[in-house]
Parts: sequence; structure tokens; C-alpha cells
Amino acid sequence: MARIELKNIAKSYGTVEVLRNIDLDIQDGEFVVLVGPSGCGKSTLLRMIAGLEPITSGAFEIDGKRMNDVRPRDRDIAMVFQSYALYPHMDVARNMGFSMEIRRDAAEMRKSRVAEAGKTLGLSKLLRRLPKELSGGQRQRVAMGRAIIRDPRAFLFDEPLSNLDAALRVEMRLEIARLHQKLKATMIYVTHDQVEALTLADRIVVLDSGDIQQVGSPLDLYERPANKFVAQFIGSPTMNVVPVSAASGGVILADGTFLALPHLDDTGLAVELGIRPEHIDVVDPDADALAAVADVVEHLGSDTNIYALVEGLGPIMVRVHGNIPAKPGDRLGLRIQAPNAHVFSADGRTLQRDMTGAA
Amino acid sequence: MGFSQLKRPALVVGKYAAIVFYLVFALFPLYWLVKIAVTPDRLIYTDGTRLWPSEFTLSNFVAVLFQTDFLSYFSNSLIVSLGTAALTTLFAAGAGYAFSRFDFGGKKLIIAIMLITQMFPLLMIIAPIYKIIAGLGLLNSLTSLIIVYTAFNIPFATFLMQSFFDGIPKDLEEAAMMDGCSRFEALRKVILPLTLPGLGATLGFVFTAAWSELLFALMLISKNDTMTFPVGLLTFVSKFSVDWGQMMAAGVLALIPSCLFFIFIQRYLVQGLTSGAVKG
Ligand SMILES: Nc1ncnc2c1ncn2[C@@H]1O[C@H](COP(=O)(O)OP(=O)(O)OP(=O)(O)O)[C@@H](O)[C@H]1O
Ligand SMILES: [Mg+2]
Repeated sequence: MARIELKNIAKSYGTVEVLRNIDLDIQDGEFVVLVGPSGCGKSTLLRMIAGLEPITSGAFEIDGKRMNDVRPRDRDIAMVFQSYALYPHMDVARNMGFSMEIRRDAAEMRKSRVAEAGKTLGLSKLLRRLPKELSGGQRQRVAMGRAIIRDPRAFLFDEPLSNLDAALRVEMRLEIARLHQKLKATMIYVTHDQVEALTLADRIVVLDSGDIQQVGSPLDLYERPANKFVAQFIGSPTMNVVPVSAASGGVILADGTFLALPHLDDTGLAVELGIRPEHIDVVDPDADALAAVADVVEHLGSDTNIYALVEGLGPIMVRVHGNIPAKPGDRLGLRIQAPNAHVFSADGRTLQRDMTGAA
Repeated sequence: MGFSQLKRPALVVGKYAAIVFYLVFALFPLYWLVKIAVTPDRLIYTDGTRLWPSEFTLSNFVAVLFQTDFLSYFSNSLIVSLGTAALTTLFAAGAGYAFSRFDFGGKKLIIAIMLITQMFPLLMIIAPIYKIIAGLGLLNSLTSLIIVYTAFNIPFATFLMQSFFDGIPKDLEEAAMMDGCSRFEALRKVILPLTLPGLGATLGFVFTAAWSELLFALMLISKNDTMTFPVGLLTFVSKFSVDWGQMMAAGVLALIPSCLFFIFIQRYLVQGLTSGAVKG
């Protein structure tokens, strides 16, 4: 069990700086998810925690002890690789028990731990197989088994589910959540997939091009994104962002409509408005609302996604709960739920909002 | 691909015809070697181009084994080839691993120099090599051949080993290190077992190269008791006024270690040892 602290960590390859000013305090037993676009430095950060990549500057501490220059084997951290990295010449049991073999734990104990982990992960019948004789999902389980068997201080996962198909991914996601509940270990998890991030995380860290954009609980990030990047990165479908001009007590949309935003302290610097597709209501076309025409309509059963073209404003996506009988070409009235709107300044910051007004 | 093969029997036939043609073409000289070796001396010319001699004999083999210095040449060659193969592979594995896994100053320069050594025709450096070996007092010794062969085979063998190491995902080593291995333990327990095909191929390649080398052996060895097989073979020309039958019999016998060697290592050459390590 471990508390992991990153203090002003930076990483450069030669003159190229890939991470900077990383400050993160991960509590014992916390599940932290790192998300961000490809190439933002998620894997690099994880590998620095693992000890596979030297830390250029800053302090890395586990339980208050500086670990910057400690070898991976002495950090007592387990890692599940995206590629699984199973040892191809060893059977499942030996793959899982390898760390105990290296530590020279008693064979008896190793056997019972392997059997136990095999049972937890549903691998009991496959213990004598080689990795090449397993399916992708089974390999993934073996990789997890290899990590849990040694009861490490912390777990690192680098996109562990990205090679699985959708159904298996959901199943393994639940399995990981269950594992975390059972082991109560510190876990750091890298993913592209925001559903994974939102469902698994106690806290999410959003990275972009080497900087932390925001750290917070999934709901925090959804309801109170710190900036336009986080606002657009978290949430699916993506938040609509349209240009606006500032006005007293609200903003003026490009088509001239005034939108009152009483929950915001100050909209003086507003240049853009962000509104999630699920925070727009579809109303009667002749009502007092934005006039729009449906372009593409997706019926998902539980929801309906409408890609609408708003007069004077451009494309806006709307998500309506349930099934509504809209067709492409239909005229619609759209009404923005003002309390759920976000406004951004020219440099992309979210303008201060009154917390009590959040939906 | 398998699809079009199923659909086009003509293509399959053509493919096999091409393979058969190639095999016949490549193996015919070998066949002729064997044929002459089992033909009695007096029939070599009278039999002409018959595919199988009218009379079969093993006397050439008996003569080669018991009346010539063949066994001495043979064991000299064995010592030199095995020594060279072992030494070269050891160095090449170390260097190949370093090239594959580490970034260090001068890496590109070293690779360039190693490539350059492969570009010179051997004839150009024969004299300097002779001078060096003579200066070391190593003329007429098997050691001199092992040293020279090792030096000449290391660059290619290193590139070969490097490509095998490159083929092993770095993740495997890193996983082993996360599992508690030092880098060396990871190398020994995870990487080495997976490199066996590469080690086998390199050993085989170097062994064969050393086994059939003539130029240096001819130049550095002039005493009969340290002659290697290719040099010894030439003595059949002078001593017995080109004794074709014995020469061919000796040739056939000389093929045996190469064959044995490849049979021994071929199970390590089987590809796909790393499959299942990563996703796919
Ligand atoms: N060995 C290296 N030398 C130089 N630059 C590197 C090296 N390794 C990674 N980088 C750079 O560091 C940045 C971060 O890489 P990293 O692998 O951490 O990204 P990531 O967030 O994990 O991306 P992905 O989601 O695609 O896996 C990238 O821009 C990459 O080009
Ligand atoms: Mg990555």
C-alpha cells in the first residue's frame, strides 16, 4: 500500500521537453486515471513511476521516501503492459509466478498463490498453456495475474484494455474495478478511453502536451472543466463550442440571441460558449428558441443524437433522452440550458462559475 | 493468399516445379560428388556421364580414412570451426545486444567502421595479416586461424544477432525488470531463451564459413600437421596426381559435420518462438 507523490516532475529527451511541472499527490488506495490525447506523455509518466525511464528533474516519492534513482525491482510496483508482455517460453503458471521465482519464494507458496490468482481470474484450466495458445482476453488476464500475485505496493496499467474488443473491454473493466475494491491498492491507469476513465477513477488527471490540465473526480471534470481543452476532452459526445461576445449578465450568440447566464460571476472576458449535447432541449420550431434544421439523426434507442444546423451559428449536436421522431430536414427549435453552459476566455480558461448553480 | 492458391491448381504445380528445378540445380553437384566418390578409380573416365556407376565401391573412403592425413585435417578443421563459431557468437551476442538495446556515444561510428571492414576484398589485407601473425609467432598454429576468422566474422554475426534482439519486444525485458529481475537476470531468464534461434543461426553461419575457408588457411599454415581440411584437400592434387575418387570421398566426409551441425541446431531455427508474447 502506498502514497505516491510527484513533485514538480519534468522529463526531456535531449532538448525535447515532453513533461513539465507535474505535481500529483496520489493517496494510498486511490485509483487515478491518466487521460489525454496521443503523444501527451501518459506512458512516459507511468514509466517514470515504474522506474523504466529516468526522471529528468523533480522528486518522486513513495510513502515519503525519495525513489528517483531506485531500480524498478526495488520499487515494489507491478505494471500491466499494453502489449501484455507475457514471457512466450513460459506457461501461464510460470508467467504468473515469475516474480516469486525471482524472489526465491518457497515453491509451495508460489504454487498456492498462482492457483489462487488463477481462480480469481478464471484461468485455472489454462495454467499449463503457453501464451500463444491463449486468446487476447486470456492473455490480458494472465498479465493481470502476474501483477496481482506479488501483492505490490502499487499497480500501474498502460492502456491494458486497448487490444480487446468492445464486449471484452467492458467485462475486463468491471474486473479491474472489482480487483481494486478487493485489493484496495493504489492504482494508476493510463487510457484513451474516457468511459474507462469516468467509470474507474477516483480521480482523473487530464494531460495535454506535457502539462496537467486538470485533476479532479470524474464529476468535477464533467461539470466544472477548468478549461476548454478539458471541457471538450471529457464527455461523449463532445461538447459544442460556439463563438460569443460578452454582454452584461450573459453572452450574445453569433445569431444575435442574448443568453442570460446569471450563475456566472463575470462574463466580461467571454469569447466562446460551451454546451454539452445533452444540455440542449429540443422545442417547438415556432417557439422562442434557436431555429435549426436537423442534418443527421442517429437513433440509439435510449437516446437520439441530432446533428443540427443552427441559423447564423453553424453545426450543433444535440442529444435527447429517449426516442424522438425527428428526421433529417426537420425544422427544430433548440434551447440551451443556461445553468449548464460554460464560457471560455480567449486563452481557453473557463470563466468562474458559481458552484451552487451547477446542475 | 491461401485463397488464390486453392483456386488455381496451375499455380501450385508451377510453384512446385520451380522448387524442384531449383533443388535439382543446386543439389546436382553434390550428387556428382557422391557418385564419383563411390566409383572405382579405373571407371571414372570410362563411365563418363552415366548417372550411376556400373560398379559400386567404398574403397575410396577406406583409403582416405586410413592411408592419408585426412583425419588430422578433419580434426584441425573441427577445432578451428568450433572455436571460431563459439568465440564469434559470444562476442556477437554481446555486441548485438548492446547495439539493439542501448544508446551510447559513438554507436553509429562503430557500426560504420564494422560495415567498412566488410567492404575490403580479403586479398588486399592478406599480407598485413601475415605480418601480424608472423610477428606474434603464431604461424602454423590453429590459434592464428581462430583469431583471424573470429575477427572477420564478428561484424556480420553482430548485425545478425542485433536483428534477432531487435525482434524481441523491449516490453519483455521491462516486464521482467518489473517482476524483480536485474537487467542481467532479465537477459538470462527471458531474452536468452528467446534468442536461441538467433544463436543457432549465427553459430551455424560462422561454423560453415570457417569450415570452408581456404585463403587464410593456405597462407598462414604450411605444416602438414596443422593443415585444415580445405588446405589438406589440395594435397590430393599433388600427392596422388589428382586422385579424384579419394578427393571426392574426402569431400563427402567433410560435409558430414556441417550436416550434423545443422540438424542439431535446426530445432532452434524454427521460427515463431516469440509468438504470443505480445497482443497479435
Ligand atoms: N525515446 C524517446 N525519444 C524522444 N521522444 C520520445 C521518446 N519516447 C517518447 N517520446 C515523445 O514523448 C512524447 C510522449 O510520449 P508517450 O509515449 O508518453 O505518449 P502517450 O501519451 O503515452 O501516447 P499514446 O496515447 O499514443 O500512447 C511523445 O511526443 C513522444 O514523441
Ligand atoms: Mg502510451
